[in-house]
Amino acid sequence: MDGVHDMGGMDGFGKVEPEPNEPVFHYRWEGRVLAMSRAIGVFRAWTIDTSRYAIELMAPSIYLTRSYYEKWFLRNQNLLIERGLIDADEVAAGRALRPAKNMNRGPFTLADVEKVTKRGSYGRPAQAPAKFKVGERVRGKNIHPTTHTRLPRYARGHVGVVERLHGAHVFPDSVTTGKGEDPQWLYTVRFDAQELWGADADPKLKVSIEAFEPYLEHV
Amino acid sequence: MTEQHHDEGSSHLTEMDLRVRALETILVEKGYIESAALDRIVELYETKIGPHIGAQLIAKAWSDRGFRQALLEDASKAASTLAETGRVGEHLIAVENTPQVHNMVVCTLCSCYPTDVLGLPPTWYKSFAYRSRTVKDPRSVLADFGVTLPAETEIRVWDSTAETRYLVVPMRPAGTEGWSEAQLAKLITRDCMIGAGLPIKPSEVA
Repeated sequence: MDGVHDMGGMDGFGKVEPEPNEPVFHYRWEGRVLAMSRAIGVFRAWTIDTSRYAIELMAPSIYLTRSYYEKWFLRNQNLLIERGLIDADEVAAGRALRPAKNMNRGPFTLADVEKVTKRGSYGRPAQAPAKFKVGERVRGKNIHPTTHTRLPRYARGHVGVVERLHGAHVFPDSVTTGKGEDPQWLYTVRFDAQELWGADADPKLKVSIEAFEPYLEHV
Repeated sequence: MTEQHHDEGSSHLTEMDLRVRALETILVEKGYIESAALDRIVELYETKIGPHIGAQLIAKAWSDRGFRQALLEDASKAASTLAETGRVGEHLIAVENTPQVHNMVVCTLCSCYPTDVLGLPPTWYKSFAYRSRTVKDPRSVLADFGVTLPAETEIRVWDSTAETRYLVVPMRPAGTEGWSEAQLAKLITRDCMIGAGLPIKPSEVA
């Protein structure tokens, strides 16, 4: 979707402000939100792509004004209700009003912590040979799906060079629309800044994206 | 949900505390999670999973040519061979700075970050300013960090739009000949492993 989350190249957001000796969490509740996000992952009620899409679906006024972990909290609460793990009246009451949904596993306990602090695995066996080779020129397709995609707007319609091939990976566009993992080849495609941003761009800048094969076409 | 209460200044944080606590209570009462396990996750990110892990990898790469090569070929595999780091997630990719090329990592679409080796991302990495400007005008972003590179240095920006994760291998500072890995690691900041900074100068550490 062409949402406000797709920020590459936008102007007007001001300076980057590094915070010296920044704490890992600024408030206690942020740590609880992060931990709950990791913990509920074990129930496989949704995937990493679904959770990103849920944040993209928030109204722009929410996306742009709520803090990072506040958005995570809203996302978690909304998805937990949507997938039937909790109910809206329980949120209103601040306590459980009925038994849990059967998630085919016991509670998330200390024994489960290690596995949720390691990143998941998204590489999958390929379904077909790769269409593009390292060194080949390719164009980012001019497509505007209204659902989740990981092809940023700034790369659409532009020509770059395949720099790396990473194997086949879970295809976010498919998972988030309920069509399964549909693994696709993943490439690093490198663009000259002047191709992306015009003749006034930094001649010594190169930018790459990680592009799933369906995002690309032959030049 | 009570969205209308959100912008009420000082009561805002208190309300978030209450709302988060309520959700945790519901999840615990329904038997989905144990609070002690959440405590442990918070503790791990506050004390165990942080940029010191990445700094050990870089210090070893600076000291050991074989390890440097292994890291550049397959960073997930190389990192997992170190006792200090243990297993790290798949598709970690190390990219090396040279006198000709400076690498920077960004996620324009959300906040993808090599958490296995750097911990949770700092607020600036998740900021709209960093996410929007880095792919178009990275030199101005570097200026916000007080870093100026020669105009002839190529800047190579990696937008993390998939489940690959990038780690920048900065250049080893001159004047560190004979330093131990532990000494070298003290020069390696989180920001320099994202490409938003440079290693600390040897003269600035005791």
